[in-house]
Amino acid sequence: MIKTFEELESKQVACSKCLDGKFAGEDGKRAIVLCGGTGCLSSNSAEIRERFEKLVAEKGLSDKVTVNQVGCFGFCSQGPFVKIYPEDTLYRMVKIEDVDEIIEKDIEGGEVVERLLYVDPATKEKIAKQDDITFYKKQHRIALHGCGQIDPENIEEALGAGAFKGLARALKMDRKDVVDEVLTSGIRGRGGAGFPTGRKWMFAMNGDGDKYVVCNGDEGDPGAFMDRSILEGNPLAVIEGMMIAGYAIGAQNGYFYVRAEYPIAVNRLKIAIKQAEELGLLGDNILGSGFSFRAHIRLGAGAFVCGEETALLNSIQGQRGMPRPRPPFPAVKGLWDRPTVVNNVETLACIPYILREGAAKFAECGTEKSKGTKVFALGGKINNVGLVEVPMGTTLRELIYDIGGGVPNGKKFKAIQTGGPSGGCLTEKDLDAEIDFDNLVAKGSMMGSGGAIVMDEDNCMVDVAKFYMEFICDESCGKCSPCRIGTKRMLEYLTKITEGKATMEDLTQLEELAATIKAGSLCALGQTAANPVLSTLTHFRDEYIAHIVDKKCPAGVCKNLMQYVINKDKCYGCGACAKQCPVGAITKTDYIAEGKKLPALAIDPQKCIKCGMCVATCKFGAIEKK
Amino acid sequence: MAHLSEAAVAKINEICDRYEGEKTPLMMILSDIQKEYGYIPLDVQQIVSERTGVSVAEIYGVVTFYSFFSLKPKGKFVIGCCLGTACYVKGAQQVIDKFSEILGIKPGETTDDGMFTIDALRCIGACGIAPAVSINGKVYPKVAVSAVPGIIDELRAQGEE
Repeated sequence: MIKTFEELESKQVACSKCLDGKFAGEDGKRAIVLCGGTGCLSSNSAEIRERFEKLVAEKGLSDKVTVNQVGCFGFCSQGPFVKIYPEDTLYRMVKIEDVDEIIEKDIEGGEVVERLLYVDPATKEKIAKQDDITFYKKQHRIALHGCGQIDPENIEEALGAGAFKGLARALKMDRKDVVDEVLTSGIRGRGGAGFPTGRKWMFAMNGDGDKYVVCNGDEGDPGAFMDRSILEGNPLAVIEGMMIAGYAIGAQNGYFYVRAEYPIAVNRLKIAIKQAEELGLLGDNILGSGFSFRAHIRLGAGAFVCGEETALLNSIQGQRGMPRPRPPFPAVKGLWDRPTVVNNVETLACIPYILREGAAKFAECGTEKSKGTKVFALGGKINNVGLVEVPMGTTLRELIYDIGGGVPNGKKFKAIQTGGPSGGCLTEKDLDAEIDFDNLVAKGSMMGSGGAIVMDEDNCMVDVAKFYMEFICDESCGKCSPCRIGTKRMLEYLTKITEGKATMEDLTQLEELAATIKAGSLCALGQTAANPVLSTLTHFRDEYIAHIVDKKCPAGVCKNLMQYVINKDKCYGCGACAKQCPVGAITKTDYIAEGKKLPALAIDPQKCIKCGMCVATCKFGAIEKK
Repeated sequence: MAHLSEAAVAKINEICDRYEGEKTPLMMILSDIQKEYGYIPLDVQQIVSERTGVSVAEIYGVVTFYSFFSLKPKGKFVIGCCLGTACYVKGAQQVIDKFSEILGIKPGETTDDGMFTIDALRCIGACGIAPAVSINGKVYPKVAVSAVPGIIDELRAQGEE
């Protein structure tokens, strides 16, 4: 049990020595560390770890090597990762078959297994150290502090990495000064809307009686996994952030609301809470300061709308997750009608840093009105899929090309979608825009929670807008009619457009409807539901018109509007496509192209189901979309 | 509540007991029941209602709101047969028919022993390996009608472990 500030400090010093010792090999051991994020676990990192453990035991290496698991490395497209300390060698895309070689060559022989190193796609150079990889170079880790470094299931490693230093400092300060520190840092809510966190705390601090802190971990945007990775990689940071919030506003209970789809995150959070309780860092009279705090976990049950704060509170209260009108805001009347601060996972993960390092240090990076960093989940048509944390003010170009490694297969960049179903698209001309809350809104999108999906020339923007509308339509809670009925009608228009059945009149009505839904919906889900449509209409109006007037899908995505055609002069008549065609739509013609021996093939458009199998099969690029 | 076994009633009461001291524990209770039984039928909701004091109407509202909760049971193995066009023309209908014939249930239904549910899916994007069957998330490629009995035996063996 840790009962005083002094005891905490000496524990932190001991743990930090231990952790640094592990990284530096001072304990005389080498450490094999594996990524234990959801992505790597689903590509067998748990089995790889078992194999390592087994081999280490079999070969009697236990006194020389340790094996453990850490949180997400972030570079998901290159996973699973294995890192060896103290050399700091990073192996990527490790398979179970590679384990023996790593043990024999590296651990026993002291030689780097070259073939498992990351290869820089530009220079073709093999890179052994994580920090030398371009993907990591421009990153600045505040919220992701400790992720990919510490074992999330071992509180001692977290303590070694500075956990509870922020809380210890806060507990020695006056409550009001803690709120001021957070205000001064300029941090704004990372969940999407960007409301200043300190202001929220101030409102709640002023209320009386029972109060609550709620951590919003209901991350539902398709393509976003920032919160999951933080909870999986360093859950204690979020707990500490919640406790600091609790102390500042005068709450004794905190609730984590986490998606049921995140079992690993929930489990690690449970372990972290239990370990903190065992050490007396959660519970009554923490560190002898007189401050008591308890953390509880509540699970979501698969409703996107519960990411909206009032819907989330209703869900904790055992009701349907439907939003209620604001004001009153939760900071005044929230959980069980008591003042409640609802903060996003990433926001809370930044709080310990602000208290530990000071508001000024946090505010050092960022833009005038958006301080600190932001975590993005980079996905879609981009080389380096993964989780990145960059200072606010980084340009989209840096994010996409320097960190993300650009668009694969030499395709042309078309747009980057931020803010999920509530956001919009940014295009080529916005690439030099600095990323911050206000800039992205000014450009017609929004920061959102941090999903960033890159699209290339093969993506149809009408189809993308339709995808998000289908999502919103499914997830609309049904409470207010503009959202419930309006999104359905919008989806019908979009379907008509992608099927080539719409008129220009429909487009006008689609726009009118979008404006109505925006103005008339109760919560942010409805108010922003039209954004993907409006933003694609702004940037890609010609694509909509091509669908409506020319009955063509320029990107060749909308199946009703495209056809696969065999270029008879390129076709060698090998018949590979015909064998693959699931519907037997490809048959021989009597045309033999110059220089070819066999007659060319042709696709019967009546039979073709546009599955694309033939295109994937043809080695000569003879099958074209029209 | 004639068809709820005593053991089931005891289990549901035990789940309710877990959250005795919690404020508004309905979601937690329902999550646990869903996990335990795979569904939350009306007579179970009735017990929860008696225990929590929340009306059945409200509980029903909650159960139907969240996609994780279900009113009907699903089997231990959910066999999702893709009936997308590509799979269909490669004989997916015959495959799903074979599953139905052996298990004695129609698509959407669950076997009495709670082991299998058959679902008809629209395209799962696996046209290249048609006909595809997705069982508890694992995709089985190019499933021939003749392979169906083997798959069922394999699953049943797994299920009985």
